[in-house]
Amino acid sequence: MTTLAARTEDLLGPPESEHGPSGLLKWLTSTDHKVIGKSYTITAFIFFLIAGAMAIVIRTQLAAPDNNIVSQHVYNELFTMHGSVMLYLFAGPFAFGGLANFIVPLQIGAPDMAFPRLNALSYWLYLSGGTIMLLGFLTTSGAADFGWVAYAPLSNSINTPGAGPNMWIVALVLTGFSAIFTGVNLCATIFYLRAPGLTMFRMPIFTWNMLVTGILILIAFPVLTAALVMLWCDRNIGTHIFSVAGGGVPVLWQNLFWFFGHPEVYILALPYFGVVTDVLAVFSRKPVFGYKGMIFATISIAALSTSVWAHHMFTTGTVLLPFFSIMSYLIAVPTGIKFFNWIGTMWRGSITFNTPMLFAVGFLVVFLFGGVTGIFLASPPVDFAMHDTYFVVAHFHEVLFGTVVFGGFSGLTYWYPKYTGRMLNDTLGKISFWLMFVGFWVTFMPQYLLGEEGMPRRIAEYLPHNNWTILNRISTVGAYMLFLSVFVMCVNFLEAWRRPVPAGDNPWDAHTLEWATSSPPPHHNFYWIPPIRSERPVWDHNHPDHTTLYEHRPRPGGRDLVGAQAGRSAASDPRSGFGGTAAHTGAEAESPGDDGESGGWE
Amino acid sequence: MKAEGMVLLAIGCFFGVVALVYWFWSNETSGTAMLTGAFLLGLLPGGYYYWWSRRMKPRPEDDPHAERAEGAGVVGAFPSSSIWPFVLGIAAASVGLSLVFGFWSAIVGFVVAGGAVLGVIRESRRGGIV
Repeated sequence: MTTLAARTEDLLGPPESEHGPSGLLKWLTSTDHKVIGKSYTITAFIFFLIAGAMAIVIRTQLAAPDNNIVSQHVYNELFTMHGSVMLYLFAGPFAFGGLANFIVPLQIGAPDMAFPRLNALSYWLYLSGGTIMLLGFLTTSGAADFGWVAYAPLSNSINTPGAGPNMWIVALVLTGFSAIFTGVNLCATIFYLRAPGLTMFRMPIFTWNMLVTGILILIAFPVLTAALVMLWCDRNIGTHIFSVAGGGVPVLWQNLFWFFGHPEVYILALPYFGVVTDVLAVFSRKPVFGYKGMIFATISIAALSTSVWAHHMFTTGTVLLPFFSIMSYLIAVPTGIKFFNWIGTMWRGSITFNTPMLFAVGFLVVFLFGGVTGIFLASPPVDFAMHDTYFVVAHFHEVLFGTVVFGGFSGLTYWYPKYTGRMLNDTLGKISFWLMFVGFWVTFMPQYLLGEEGMPRRIAEYLPHNNWTILNRISTVGAYMLFLSVFVMCVNFLEAWRRPVPAGDNPWDAHTLEWATSSPPPHHNFYWIPPIRSERPVWDHNHPDHTTLYEHRPRPGGRDLVGAQAGRSAASDPRSGFGGTAAHTGAEAESPGDDGESGGWE
Repeated sequence: MKAEGMVLLAIGCFFGVVALVYWFWSNETSGTAMLTGAFLLGLLPGGYYYWWSRRMKPRPEDDPHAERAEGAGVVGAFPSSSIWPFVLGIAAASVGLSLVFGFWSAIVGFVVAGGAVLGVIRESRRGGIV
């Protein structure tokens, strides 16, 4: 059991190195959310680099007509694994495994995730699943090559035989369970481990978005897992769930897959919406504009996103077009509210364009374009023309690259000081941003035009007289710029590792609880937390004359109200206000002979 | 606890309405079944939280005026390290690979997983290896 320490001296505790093993054993055995969060972040980033390398090969292949850098079979494997690794192994786990694991307990003043060992199991399932997926390349038939959506009947054992596709299925089941466990952990942590005074409507927007993401994971991933089990049965033990020959229904796969697949887009997007909201507020030195509107917009987006799955299936001729079209259009409303609030947050703020802020603003621009082209595609007549062309490829890359990479890099550079206690080089960060921003448009704008000219997606070669060469070549140049941008970011990480610049506890003068503790945080996170009277407790504590809530501001000649008083008394004695979840020593959790009520696994 | 319950109930009710509209408009079964599942997923935990919220005092984290000291006391158990999640993860991967390469690896996986589960149970009774 973890109990409140009786005295301030008890809070100091032994240094972190004395908690558990060190070295490689620490990474294998740790159940500390910070270590697991770092493991997730590093692993997901490596998967990002691998999938990015595949994208470079794909773009190089398409740079010229009749190109033969890779065979058509290998090309199929590459675009399948590029999509699979990016979506299943990078974008989601980077957010809910990496950033959320590390940041959410800190933002709510908790000592750890609710179920630490379940959290560790999530990571090992994720790593083993990801490794199995990539090992498919080493099988004689090669890796899965039916696209990341694995449509039936292309994914049956006749059209795509071999071990590689089966490994893909098993890998997704393992990573799916990993995601479900993380979703449970996130919801339980946010519901049960908040600090006193941190009501639901005082949580940072990032934490809110992670809660909604956790709920979406619990809705979506079990459907995928069930569908994958059916697919495995069809491939291996002779069932005919998705095959017409045996009385099955191939389009059922699409229904099941997209009931997972569309919420998945928002499982990938919502965390980064949260990152960007926090970053925009901090670097504008303002509270989030329309805080509650932002939360309701997030919940609305999540709910609507689970009701639009068949807009990916308009051309199958089997879906209710008006229903899915209307529901898809409706998503534009809460998304528009978010844009309005993001701009409102920056409006008349004291903005500084550090690297995280640049990536956040870059996200706004890129995601706006991706969102608007999504509105085009929500119209069935337009979708009939554009379906399976490069227009769709450009659209979803703008949505997903915009959120995951711009939002992810914004979050990574924003929280890097908290992760490591070191600052990243701002100049290198800015170079990386501009390379990425320019490279992004150079890569994907030509793909819209290619789509309009009718270039289908997933083709390894085209003919010279198609007149797609110039646009493809421009797109490939842009892809190399993106590669260069990521390389510069890697150099930045390397520089921060070789020549550390200490960050301090709160280098950005940020607002939320994770910045109230040291960088990196101690074991069980907090020795002290400020009083929580608004959604910006650290700001209120550090700026008692400019607290978030109007009624808490001291008035000339008037009496100080609760928030300012609490902030001042705490400021006079930084350790005087300890209490609540900030004061965990973990003493009982460490002592043998506990009474058997140890949680963390149930 | 009330806010948590209301969020889940709101999500559940939304899916309930959508499931009804979708069923009567499209008559399509798979989507209706999944929407009904989502409806229940919001309704059951949401109803449970809401039911409890009416029978208990607001927790310190539900009270906007709570003082920090109100969070004093037992919060939970947070073991610092354990080898068993790693072992269980490897065992699960081994069982998964049996679906590709044959059932021999499932035997290994199930044995190792059984050992890991026992290890976790023992560890929990001792308060965790930390």
